[in-house]
Amino acid sequence: MAISNSDVMLAGLTREQLLGLHATMLLIRRFEEKAGEEYTLGKIGGFLHLYVGQEAVATGAITPLRPDDYVISSYREHGHAIVKGADPNAVMAELFGRATGVSKGKGGSMHIFDDKHHFHGGYAIVGAQMPIACGYGLAQRFAGQGNITMTFFGDGAVDEGAFHEAMNLAELWSLPVVFICENNLYSMGNALAKAWSVSSLEPRAAAYGMAYERVDGMDVLAVRETAQRAIDRARRESKPTLIEAMTYRFRGHSMADPAAYRPKDEVERWRSTRDPIMLFEQQLRDLGIDQATLSAADDRATQAAEAAAAFADNSPFPDLSALTEDVMIDPTGAIAWRRPRK
Amino acid sequence: MRTITYREALREAMREEMLRDERVIVIGEDIDGYGGTYAVTKGLAEEFGRERVRDTPLAEEVIVGTAVGAAMAGMRPVAELMTMNFALLASDQIVNTAAKVRYMFGGQTHVPLVIRMPAGGGAQRGAQHSQTLESWFAHVPGLKVVMPATPYDAKGMLKAAIRDADPVLLIEHELLYGIKGEVPDEGVEYTVPLDRGEIKREGRDVSLITFSRGVHLSLQAAEELAKEGIEAEVVDMRSIRPVDLDLALDSVKKTNRAVVVEEGWKYFGTGQGFAALIYEYGFDDLDAPIGHVTGVDVPAPYAKNLEKAAFPVRNDIIDAVKRIVPQRAVR
Ligand SMILES: Cc1ncc(C[n+]2csc(CCOP(=O)(O)OP(=O)(O)O)c2C)c(N)n1
Ligand SMILES: [Mg+2]
Repeated sequence: MAISNSDVMLAGLTREQLLGLHATMLLIRRFEEKAGEEYTLGKIGGFLHLYVGQEAVATGAITPLRPDDYVISSYREHGHAIVKGADPNAVMAELFGRATGVSKGKGGSMHIFDDKHHFHGGYAIVGAQMPIACGYGLAQRFAGQGNITMTFFGDGAVDEGAFHEAMNLAELWSLPVVFICENNLYSMGNALAKAWSVSSLEPRAAAYGMAYERVDGMDVLAVRETAQRAIDRARRESKPTLIEAMTYRFRGHSMADPAAYRPKDEVERWRSTRDPIMLFEQQLRDLGIDQATLSAADDRATQAAEAAAAFADNSPFPDLSALTEDVMIDPTGAIAWRRPRK
Repeated sequence: MRTITYREALREAMREEMLRDERVIVIGEDIDGYGGTYAVTKGLAEEFGRERVRDTPLAEEVIVGTAVGAAMAGMRPVAELMTMNFALLASDQIVNTAAKVRYMFGGQTHVPLVIRMPAGGGAQRGAQHSQTLESWFAHVPGLKVVMPATPYDAKGMLKAAIRDADPVLLIEHELLYGIKGEVPDEGVEYTVPLDRGEIKREGRDVSLITFSRGVHLSLQAAEELAKEGIEAEVVDMRSIRPVDLDLALDSVKKTNRAVVVEEGWKYFGTGQGFAALIYEYGFDDLDAPIGHVTGVDVPAPYAKNLEKAAFPVRNDIIDAVKRIVPQRAVR
């Protein structure tokens, strides 16, 4: 039986939508691998935190959003930005510190921002994005356009005071914010059991009376369904939700981290049995989608990553005049004691 | 012109801006039922409703973080921090977020935010409630920091701050809320720029470079000094960042002598910053080293007599002036 692209196949999604999720996860994977390579070659400096292994979370959670919804994330945010619509070329150029980067080369890997697609930032102070997301939610309540804010953070971030202050306020003020903790079991080298006095976020959500759902973060369809419920709650009832997505990062914390603190067999087990792309491809094959289709998608992702790196490498560095631009709207703000005065 | 208090001037500024622009909201601890710790926000919730005037939990980081996010998303929030001492709990959002996002995101966003807070000592509030920490924040590119000394400036600068597209810290003084001064009638439009100081008293012999409550102490000192034939110019720097350096330099060019007056600590403080810039750009105009009147380099004590000794008084300024101004019977 021939399957048309528009027939619903699984989880309420059409073949085209399912293949879209697959392509998105692959794009992130190949993009991140390419970035890792370029870092080793010295093309990318500073910190580089890869999202390899966690692709199903961003893909599942962000694809159901509207274009006018905001996404705010941490420093491990290339994937979130790309799913929200950021051009991989401009994201890669940002990693390279080039003028064509999404943040004009002035942010770097940790500070991706794409206003056009409402991806509003990678924040590198752990936990700081959660209060900021509350502010977006508050503004959205006033504007009444029905758009919402989704924010991503790690399992380390929930130990910051900012998390607790934000959870309380979001529930108290009924803010349309979806909080997604990507629980990858480690904050840098610190294993969860050494950091949390509880073993899940459920009691923490309960402490603030907030709706909570835990989901397998390696299952893109499960993430999508869970996120959809939270998005609906935010949009229809202006209520926040805390989602705990169980996942794993396949690489070190950053490129500088060989991750010696993790048992080799633990990493191996996750990679070989819980890879979100591998798991999804199995589901797709079970639906009768052939391997050639899947492989072709992978080739396209690899090409896109290569193209992004080439674009970045061929882009100019920012002009030196950019050094003192955009400190504030008021140009005198760049130098506090500017003389003579304007 | 009528005469109103500094507190009333601030309240009027918020009221007028809330009437003018519905994006203006006010959030903070105890600003509604309590009316504001120093009664600055009294009546605003009744007039504008509790959507726009919001009591918050005791959570400074999320107060400022939410205000920053709301500003980035198109609102014009005014966040009140109960006192500047508590700004330290929000300092991450002030320094790492408000001051940084425009730059690090390549100019794609901006933060039209005002954070109001009282600072200062002298009311026996002890070590943790008496600090003046503006220099901590004025150190940071991406922020504006202003400290009005009079009701006129308080109203005009707060209105300008609310209209400003960048993050502004407006630092009030706990002992100034009750002072009175002339302010145009309500509804008579004016603002005071956020990057200009003002000469509050003219003089030819010495420049008293100061701000906030220091302006009032300096005016009192100038009054006394005048009786002895020394004419002090009181230079109200009121914008701490960006600083109106030309105003200070022009004054020093005229007087050739300067005393910096502030109540905060000396080392790495605002006055040291001013003095360093005056040395750097106005060295040739100076006939004497710059004097510096500051708080004593200790945490604020509680006991009345100790506290009195810890913060500068009028006579400290007079003494500092006399150390660098040659004594002449008549000029
Ligand atoms: C406030 C703060 N403390 C410490 C750090 C250093 N740091 C950067 S990432 C990180 C680990 C965070 O782990 P988690 O929240 O689980 O996110 P993940 O890296 O696993 O995605 C730490 C400690 C920081 N950037 N900010
Ligand atoms: Mg983690």
